[in-house]
Amino acid sequence: MALKDYSDLNDLQLDALKEIGNIGSGNAATALSDMLERSVSIAVPTIKVLDYNTVVENIGGPETLLVGILLSLKGDVTGMMLFLLHKEFAHMVLNSLIGTDFNEAVDLDEMSQSTIQEVGNIMAAAYVNAIASLTGLTIDISVPNMSVDMAGALLSVPAIYYANISDKIILIEDEFGHETKESTSHILLIPEVDSLQKIMESLGLD
Amino acid sequence: MSKTIVIGISDLNVAKSGDVLVTYALGSCVGICLYDPVAKIAGLSHIMLPTIVDFPNTTTAHEKYADTALELLLQRMTSIGAMKVRIRAKIAGGAQMFAAVNNSSLSGIGERNVIAVKKELLRLKIPIVAEDTGKNYGRTVFFDSDEGTMKVKSVNKGEWVY
Repeated sequence: MALKDYSDLNDLQLDALKEIGNIGSGNAATALSDMLERSVSIAVPTIKVLDYNTVVENIGGPETLLVGILLSLKGDVTGMMLFLLHKEFAHMVLNSLIGTDFNEAVDLDEMSQSTIQEVGNIMAAAYVNAIASLTGLTIDISVPNMSVDMAGALLSVPAIYYANISDKIILIEDEFGHETKESTSHILLIPEVDSLQKIMESLGLD
Repeated sequence: MSKTIVIGISDLNVAKSGDVLVTYALGSCVGICLYDPVAKIAGLSHIMLPTIVDFPNTTTAHEKYADTALELLLQRMTSIGAMKVRIRAKIAGGAQMFAAVNNSSLSGIGERNVIAVKKELLRLKIPIVAEDTGKNYGRTVFFDSDEGTMKVKSVNKGEWVY
C-alpha cells in the first residue's frame, strides 16, 4: 500500500524506522565520541508522528535556547536532518575541540561556527551512511547550516517545509549527551512521505 | 487581573480588557497584530505560509495561510465589537533562520510570508503602523489589548516595543 500520510505507517514500519534511528544515531554518536575523545551516551530512539506544537513542548518549550544544525537530504531519500544541541553540549564540543567557550549572550565567532557545523556534518554523514548501507539507497547530505536561537523558531523551518504535506511531522528522534552532564541534545530525521515509501520497499515492508 | 492568551503556530485569537496575546518563537512565520484602539480589542494571528492557492487540495486549517487567516481574525474581532475602519496592524517575524537552505520551496519563505501579509492587509485596507520583520533571528511577540503595544523579544538581539 502506498503511503500518503505519516499516519498511514503501521506498527511494523514504525519499528523499522526506529531501528534505522537506532543504527544511524549509534553511528553518529560513535563518530562524535571519536572526535571528542570522550564518551557520548545515547538513548533508545523514539519515533513520533506529532503536530508541531507538541514537538516544541517535547524538547523543552518554544523559547529554549538551542544550537540548530540543519542539513537537507537528497538522492533516493529526501527530507531534512536537524541537530538540536543543548548549550551545555555545544560548550563541551567547542571546549574539547578548539578550546573556546560557548557564550549564549554573543554571536559565535567564525571558527566556532564552522566547528559546530563540521560536527553536524560528520554526525549526519555517519547517520545517513548507516541508513544507506542498511537499505541500499543513495543519500546525499547538503552543506550544514547553523543557527543559535529559540527552539520554536528553529523547528518552524521543517514545520513550514512539511506544512504542505501534513499538519503533523514525523520525527525519528534520538537523545544524546555527555554522561556526566544534564545536557540532552536531539537528532531529528525528518523524511518526506515518498522517501518513507522507498525505505519501506527497500526493506520489504511496503 | 489580565490574562495571557497563547497563540500556537498557525493559530489566531482575540483579546480585550487588558488581556495579553502572546506567540512564542516566530521563525520564518509571521505574527500579525490587529488593534482597534477605541474598542480596545486586539487580535493576533501566527501564519506559516503565504497562500492557500499553492495547496489547492489542502484540507488543513485556514489559520495557516496569510491570505485566509487575516480575514478570519478580522471576523472574530468585529464579532466582539471592533470596527474595521479603526483597525491598525503591527507585524513581526519572517526571518531567515538558516543562511542557505538549498531548497526552492523554502528559500526566502520568511520574506515571502511578509510580502503575502502586506498584500493581504492592503486588500483588507488595514494600514500597517509598525513592522519588525526579516533578518535572521527568532522573535517572541506580546500584544497588549489595553495599549495596543507590540513587544518583540529575541534571544540575544534585544527587546523592542512598537
